Amino acid sequence: MNAALLIILGTIIFSVCVGLFAGRGMKMNLENWTVAGRRFGGLIIWVLMAGEIYTTFTFLGASGWAYSKGAPTYYILIYGALAYTLSFFILPELWKIGKRHNLYTQPDFFIKTYDNRFLGVLVAVVGILSIIPYLQLQLTGLGLIVEVASNQAIPSKLAIGISGLLTCAFVYTSGIRGSAWVSIIKNVMMIAAVAVVGIGVPRVYFGGFGKMFRTLIAQKPEHLVFPGATPSMDTLWVMSTLLLTGMGFYMWPHVFGSAFSAKSAKIIKRNAIIMPFYQIPILLILMVGFAALLVLPGLKNGDLAFLALVQKTYPSWFLGFVGAAGAVTAIVPASILVLFGSTLLAKNVYQVVFDPSASEDRVMRLSRAMVLPITAAALLFALLLPRALVNLLLIGYDGVSQFFPGVVLGLFWKRVTSVGVISGLLTGLALVVALVFGGHDPIFGINAGFVALVANVIITVVVSILSGASRPGVRRPQETKSS
Amino acid sequence: MQKGTKLALLLGAIPFLTLVFALPLVNRIKPVILGLPFILFWILLWVALTPLVLFAAYKIEKRFNSPEDEDRR
Repeated sequence: MNAALLIILGTIIFSVCVGLFAGRGMKMNLENWTVAGRRFGGLIIWVLMAGEIYTTFTFLGASGWAYSKGAPTYYILIYGALAYTLSFFILPELWKIGKRHNLYTQPDFFIKTYDNRFLGVLVAVVGILSIIPYLQLQLTGLGLIVEVASNQAIPSKLAIGISGLLTCAFVYTSGIRGSAWVSIIKNVMMIAAVAVVGIGVPRVYFGGFGKMFRTLIAQKPEHLVFPGATPSMDTLWVMSTLLLTGMGFYMWPHVFGSAFSAKSAKIIKRNAIIMPFYQIPILLILMVGFAALLVLPGLKNGDLAFLALVQKTYPSWFLGFVGAAGAVTAIVPASILVLFGSTLLAKNVYQVVFDPSASEDRVMRLSRAMVLPITAAALLFALLLPRALVNLLLIGYDGVSQFFPGVVLGLFWKRVTSVGVISGLLTGLALVVALVFGGHDPIFGINAGFVALVANVIITVVVSILSGASRPGVRRPQETKSS
Repeated sequence: MQKGTKLALLLGAIPFLTLVFALPLVNRIKPVILGLPFILFWILLWVALTPLVLFAAYKIEKRFNSPEDEDRR
């Protein structure tokens, strides 16, 4: 039993206990379980959103990209700022509609706005198909981090299995409150780990950021400007990827849904203002990737650059601490993915298609019952068929981004119709599949998902105008006087 | 659309102009500022300014929009 092992196991167990405790004494109905009864204040919303957005991809991927790809990794620094700017204008309006019509999920919004159940189910199914591989990715990342950080004492499959089941337990009992509480632990540990490593590593090896960059500029100047070390990620790719990911960011069903958990539209708006501060840890993570390029050249797996450099620089207990932070970093988004995956399946697929008259109580029980199968599916893929969903993962972001026109036009443009949105969405999705799997991503240097999104917008607008009649459903907030 | 919302949207365009559409113009290493390659310095500058831009948009919406349109809960 070494110190690293103790820290990792202790953190996972402590986090899960906090998650279980979070829902204690709470009468659980569906509103309480999925959106915390719409009672989250400013601080907890920030912690929750930071918790679900900054995932193992941020931890391993951002430094890995800095290491192996170079400048294209800057996009990870930027797209959040664009997404928060959009969210400043979009989410408060969305929240108001959610409040007025008692919406919990993204498909709920589509069903209410467009009065079209087919569209709702379509959005739910695309959402679930994007959630499962993303969930698998979190679990795989967790396994990788724990195995390396515990110095192989905890094999990755064991870590994945245990964490998956424990996460499942606290999602079942506490719902989104569990995720929010665990996210506090995650944020404290992750920021501490990243601050120590991000500031420490450049200082230890180079005597500071400036000197590190002087060395980089002298040795590998081409690594620091687009397209970096890649053949295809030039400025045009970065720009189109930024627009795509900036718009797609809040279109992930779990991120979208958690916006409903805020106490007021004002809280959501203020939160958009302070969210960009969370980009600072990302900068530090990039620094570690750049440092690793000089200190540990020739790593086979760039995603391990962060951990490898920590291992080389710090005592093993600290590697354990980083591993523990990485594990909770995976657990928080995983829990929210499970939560919304289950709710989508029960409320927006099962209820809408098979049992429209089901009581909310029944939907609640059913959503909870789906927690285990959703987790089990992701576990199965993570443990037994790690490559099976790679294709779905590749198109996950491209796919959910296609919801953007339906959401924004639904909120702000009176003439958009359900036929228009369905046509646009199907066009976008078909293009994503055709371009990505046909090996045309990027196409002419542009991110294929972005090309699909542009086509989607055009089709949505044109078909909406042609199909004419104004849409039933929600009244726009500006037209409503009463509160 | 209310005047405050229009002005706020103009401010909201700033991050997109600086962090997306200006990228082809700033994709270079020199001049090195604060030890950072110019492109990285530029990105950090505008990412750091985004909260200020949004805060200004928030204040402007408050100042110019009628209170009725503010959220009511």
